[in-house]
Amino acid sequence: MPVQVRGEVLDVRRAGVYYVLSITAPGIPEQFRPGHFVTIGIGGEESGLILRRAFAIHQVQSRGVYGGTLDVVVGVQGKGTRWLSGRRRHDTLDIVGPLGKPFILPKEGVPCVLVGGGYGSAPLFMLAEQLRERGCRVDVVLGASTEEKLYGVLDIKRVSSMLTITTEDGSSGTKGRVTDVLPDIMERNNSAVVYACGPMGMLAAVAAIAAEYRAYSQCSVEESMACGIGICMTCVLPVIGDDGITRMVRSCIEGPIFRGDLVRWDEIGTIPADALGAPALDMS
Amino acid sequence: MTRAIFGRGIGSAAAPIPNTDMSAALASLSMPSPVLTASGCAASGRELDQFFDITKIGAIVTKSVMLRPRSGRPTPRMCETPSGMLNSIGLQGPGIEEFIEVDLAWLEARGARTVVSIAGESVDEYGKLAQKLRSAGGVDAIEVNISCPNVTDRNQVFACDPEMAANVIQTVRRQSDSQTPIFAKLSPDVTDIAEIARSVVRAGVDGLTVINTALGMVIDLETMRPALAGVTGGLSGPAIRPIALRCVWQIRQALPDIPILGVGGIRTGLDALQFILAGANAVSVGTMTFNDPSAPMRVHNELALALQERGFGSVSEAISYGHRGADVFETAGEGEIELE
Repeated sequence: MPVQVRGEVLDVRRAGVYYVLSITAPGIPEQFRPGHFVTIGIGGEESGLILRRAFAIHQVQSRGVYGGTLDVVVGVQGKGTRWLSGRRRHDTLDIVGPLGKPFILPKEGVPCVLVGGGYGSAPLFMLAEQLRERGCRVDVVLGASTEEKLYGVLDIKRVSSMLTITTEDGSSGTKGRVTDVLPDIMERNNSAVVYACGPMGMLAAVAAIAAEYRAYSQCSVEESMACGIGICMTCVLPVIGDDGITRMVRSCIEGPIFRGDLVRWDEIGTIPADALGAPALDMS
Repeated sequence: MTRAIFGRGIGSAAAPIPNTDMSAALASLSMPSPVLTASGCAASGRELDQFFDITKIGAIVTKSVMLRPRSGRPTPRMCETPSGMLNSIGLQGPGIEEFIEVDLAWLEARGARTVVSIAGESVDEYGKLAQKLRSAGGVDAIEVNISCPNVTDRNQVFACDPEMAANVIQTVRRQSDSQTPIFAKLSPDVTDIAEIARSVVRAGVDGLTVINTALGMVIDLETMRPALAGVTGGLSGPAIRPIALRCVWQIRQALPDIPILGVGGIRTGLDALQFILAGANAVSVGTMTFNDPSAPMRVHNELALALQERGFGSVSEAISYGHRGADVFETAGEGEIELE
């Protein structure tokens, strides 16, 4: 069950264009599973920025000098993330988590491939560790537009069977996109599960490749959300249910991890005509 | 079970518990607290129950439910604005039948007081919704959302026309259990909100929820198009608090006895106190619950202390206290101004 806690910033460090915040968050690391996220209040109690920002949990330590701590990777995109990147040691933050449904792990040691776009690699580190513990082969593909937008290359190398880097400008690794190298990797290793986190366009393309290779895919989506706990209904996307019916589901509660073959990627930002309660069906 | 309440000063466990009488009433609905959730900002209470005990606040006001399941509008549905946000959700929901079976049943079993918000596209639909609720258990009051800006035809917001608003209320009143209090939720987007208030009161409403969101918009400077897929959306949060407070004040001036549920950007107990002093009998914490999931409980605690600090022994002593002194209540006929 998620908790709301006052966390203390232990450390803020630069990593390429990103900032990594280590925060005490008693109660959250103890419940953590890879894929969970937290939301952080921005600007303090009087802030005019009223919406919390959501971050995938990158690393957790449930014991230690400070009790439970967690790390999040922040990409500065606007006022809220700029404020967060300016936090210093001993500043306090309002944190809610763990939120969302985590990645589903295979019971057996099957070959897996993890795909991260930009700082979408953040939730993949502890996932890789847990998959390795289960005896899975873990291939990792990290991609970004340019080298400085890759996150955690050296650290993830330690937990991957093989790491492949792509950049669109060729400043690091193979020039191109993650989807240019993914089919080869899947074919060579007979990958059974693909885990992905990154921009929606990348997730859609990765899910399509996974389907082509008859692999199971788990995608962590990024939809803008106001509350993160399931009460605002802003972060919806069209997802096919077990009953075959498409519903507009909340990515904070039913996600952020979805089976790639169940998300109607091309129709995100629309209401598919056959979705439950779609205007087209209102006429019936 | 750990229910961690984020202690923000006043509401924290360390503070002494004020002995203010926090009981409140909205028409025949009696509550242990004057702080409720707001429709569309609490779903059906279940998610918030993880953060505070929802039976301890006044009531859960559920998200407006319609007759049939509804997908709502496409994304982006939300945009942050200075001290607020715009939304254009478009009343996504499961439809009244699933709502009664799942959400209302859960709230009743949980022991929470429930104000069911209903929204229809026609007068007839409002009547059918009221009829369905008549036989359902666990309905402590009905809030008639006649002011949602995110409907198909934005020129058809019932709350912008005194006659249309009254028609809806009359129909709901006729179809509902006579013991169930009915509230009308009003829109600030009108020239004279007191006129709409008088009209729905004449139509038989038991109380007023003041206010719904104000219609607004934002242009995305990257795409150079409206930021919301729905183009316009409802503005909420502290940005609209002074507007909401003004509406409560004006209605209290016009109608000294009608129960008012004040809503609009309430973030702290001191904000809630302003609404009560302006004439609200109870308040809803809406958008700020997105910011702080324990906000309704925190506002309750902060309000108890704020009342005590000002020498009020109970919530009821403070209601409309801001109007005292001058002969402020309008005794002359509607619209007449008495010159000294």
